[in-house]
Amino acid sequence: MIRYLLGRLASLIISLIVASLVIFFVIEIIPGDPAAYMLGVGAQPDTLAALRAELGLDVSKPERYLRWVSGMLQGDFGISYTYRSPVSEMILERMWVSLPLALYALILSTLIAFPAGIYAASRRGKTGDFAVMGLSQLGVAIPNFWFAMLLVLAFAINLRLFASGGFPGWDKGFWVGMHALTLPAISLALPQAAILARIMRSALIDMLGEDFVRTARAKGLSRAQALRRHALRNALIPVLTIIGLQFSFLLAGAIVIEKVFYLPGLGRLIFQSISSRDLIVVESTVMLLVFVVIMVNFAVDIAYAAIDPRLRRRR
Amino acid sequence: MLKNLLAAMAIACAGAAAFVSGAAQAKSDITVAIQLEPPNLDPTGAAAQAIDQVLYANVFEGLTRFRADGSIAPGLAESWEITDDGKVYVFKLRKGVTFHDGSSFDAADVKFSLDRARAADSKNAQKALFASIADVAVIDPLTVKLTLKAPNGRLLFNLAWGDAVMVAPESVKTLATKPIGTGAFKFVKWVKGDRIELERNAAYWGEKPALAKATFRFISDPTAAFAAMMAGDIDVFAGFPAPENLPLFKADARFQVLVGSTEGETILAMNHKRKPFDDVRVRKAISMAIDRKAIIDGAMFGVGAPIGTHFAPHHPDYVDLTAKSPYDPAAAKKLLAEAGYPKGFKTTLKLPPPSYARRGGEIIAAQLRAIGVEVEIANVEWAQWLEEVFRGKNYGLTIVSHTEPMDIGIYARDDYYFQYSSPKFKAVMAKLNLATDPAARSALLKQAQTILAEDYVNGFLFELAWPTVAKAGVKGLWLNQPTAALDLTGVSWAK
Repeated sequence: MIRYLLGRLASLIISLIVASLVIFFVIEIIPGDPAAYMLGVGAQPDTLAALRAELGLDVSKPERYLRWVSGMLQGDFGISYTYRSPVSEMILERMWVSLPLALYALILSTLIAFPAGIYAASRRGKTGDFAVMGLSQLGVAIPNFWFAMLLVLAFAINLRLFASGGFPGWDKGFWVGMHALTLPAISLALPQAAILARIMRSALIDMLGEDFVRTARAKGLSRAQALRRHALRNALIPVLTIIGLQFSFLLAGAIVIEKVFYLPGLGRLIFQSISSRDLIVVESTVMLLVFVVIMVNFAVDIAYAAIDPRLRRRR
Repeated sequence: MLKNLLAAMAIACAGAAAFVSGAAQAKSDITVAIQLEPPNLDPTGAAAQAIDQVLYANVFEGLTRFRADGSIAPGLAESWEITDDGKVYVFKLRKGVTFHDGSSFDAADVKFSLDRARAADSKNAQKALFASIADVAVIDPLTVKLTLKAPNGRLLFNLAWGDAVMVAPESVKTLATKPIGTGAFKFVKWVKGDRIELERNAAYWGEKPALAKATFRFISDPTAAFAAMMAGDIDVFAGFPAPENLPLFKADARFQVLVGSTEGETILAMNHKRKPFDDVRVRKAISMAIDRKAIIDGAMFGVGAPIGTHFAPHHPDYVDLTAKSPYDPAAAKKLLAEAGYPKGFKTTLKLPPPSYARRGGEIIAAQLRAIGVEVEIANVEWAQWLEEVFRGKNYGLTIVSHTEPMDIGIYARDDYYFQYSSPKFKAVMAKLNLATDPAARSALLKQAQTILAEDYVNGFLFELAWPTVAKAGVKGLWLNQPTAALDLTGVSWAK
């Protein structure tokens, strides 16, 4: 177990170092000067030079890389070029939208997918199975931004049950915040739930063909009991992997949904910062996301070990 | 039973209706949407128009200011005197003006603001506005004297820009996140990515605004903008991003649609240092291959006024020169043949993100193909455009809207990205810069416009329109955009 963990930890650190190098140098070679973007077409050369010096853009790239990494190690993510406020503060503000939204969507998708997948697996080949699989096919096929627009049309414009977008802030109350995140969370959750339900079903069906399930059945358990008590736990490994991947996706990949609902999330922050060449914001935010993804994968690896005793013993 | 229920429902409905109408009467807050969020809140430190849209005239004021019709009015300077040689301006400041932090505004603040903007290490995006100022002197707390290097007929106009607003030395370091001005509205808070809140400044020197509270929101996605208006979440959307939906709002009694004009001359810029655009016949051919109406209808859904030179059509000195380059593909083809390109040529067309460029570019490419010019379209981001086209001058054609007010002077700059160089034009501009007599200025401006049209410097397409969609009860909105601004000081709700 210890060796298993140490191995995972080493690969985690190497991943982070490689990621920081790739992020920094890939972003730095994008054409475009942050100072020129900020000052626009009326700017004079001496003004541009003054701004570049103030932003610290006049030093060499390797030196800037080292400054950036050493800053991050001390918890300093730099100051945004355009917003002129600390990047860590900006990320934190956006996290208060993106993290709850991702969690909300993940919970919704799990709540839909688990029963749907289990139901389909237990009714394999019957009408219920076909119905669930048909719906999930639809869920995978529908683009989430289009589904989001439909939701806005129905619930914001016609029924006026929800706002068409925006986020009032948690200081207005927990339920107000949750209310504002509901439509975005549903539109994010639906395709995820569809994928997850399919994975759940096929993983369960694989397990139902295994010897230990047959043995359980032979001992007198009903099909449903065998599924719940023996197959489900084993089917969770592929499902957990997908949940881990989905969470990472939901955290940063909600850009389109954030645009449709004009939410102040991380995805939009990155998007805006790229177009305004606010390089430090892009670099630090992407680095943080990479860190989160790597940590989630690490947590999933540990969860495997918790679910599957063989992993603990072998390593 | 049923009867009772119905009666109860009727009463409830009436109550609700009364409540709603009561609320409407007392309404003194407004939610305004614009497309882009300001990157920061310091109008003197960045070029982004969104900064001025939120803050100009609302939070910050200059010595002079733009009125809704584009004319210049007194701002924090109540009056001024100009010496006969046009080189000395003495401004009388208003009494009793205070900044939002309570400190008083006086001549020392004027000197500080102007000196800061024109200093060697200034980060002002429009530093050129202050280039003619030689010295700023405080005479007494309410009098400031500006001495110029040479007479400048545009000084009062220049001082009205958002980049020339008055700031206090105490608050200047934190303007980017906590703007402190002298305006009718005070900054309350900025939830980044979501909204900026302003509230009425009870200590304002002038007429107090009707609105007690204003919230700015930022929606760039056209579909989201449409949904937000339709759902009633937004009261006013200035610079509505989906012109295709305007007829829908026009037909809906709940809304009003204002289509005004901007200072944005949208042009098909040509690189004069790159063959074959150095040949005036080629430039004329391209100008004549363009069907302005098709572009306005196709790219802007019919909103926008055609232009024949680099000048805003709503300006009193505008000359309609569109007849100099009428749509005539046959004549254009002939011109190309005369210039030595009977089979046409190949070039690049770099398009920045706004829809006027992306959609307009597709149409122009098709129109140019009709006269044999093969256009390779490259979509670029703004930062890329600035780097490759504006600074690097690595392009054949590009489409861009020049939104600075009265910017015809850019054609006098040899190193400007289209690299037009005309001694004749420069001579007219030099005279204009010194002229203070309105009649002489008007004549020179007309002359300058004609030179540009006759040199076919660029393909002059249309003046960018400014569509505003608002709820029916909102009054006092600006129709046009003489400068980037969303002045809320005169806005109110109809009773």
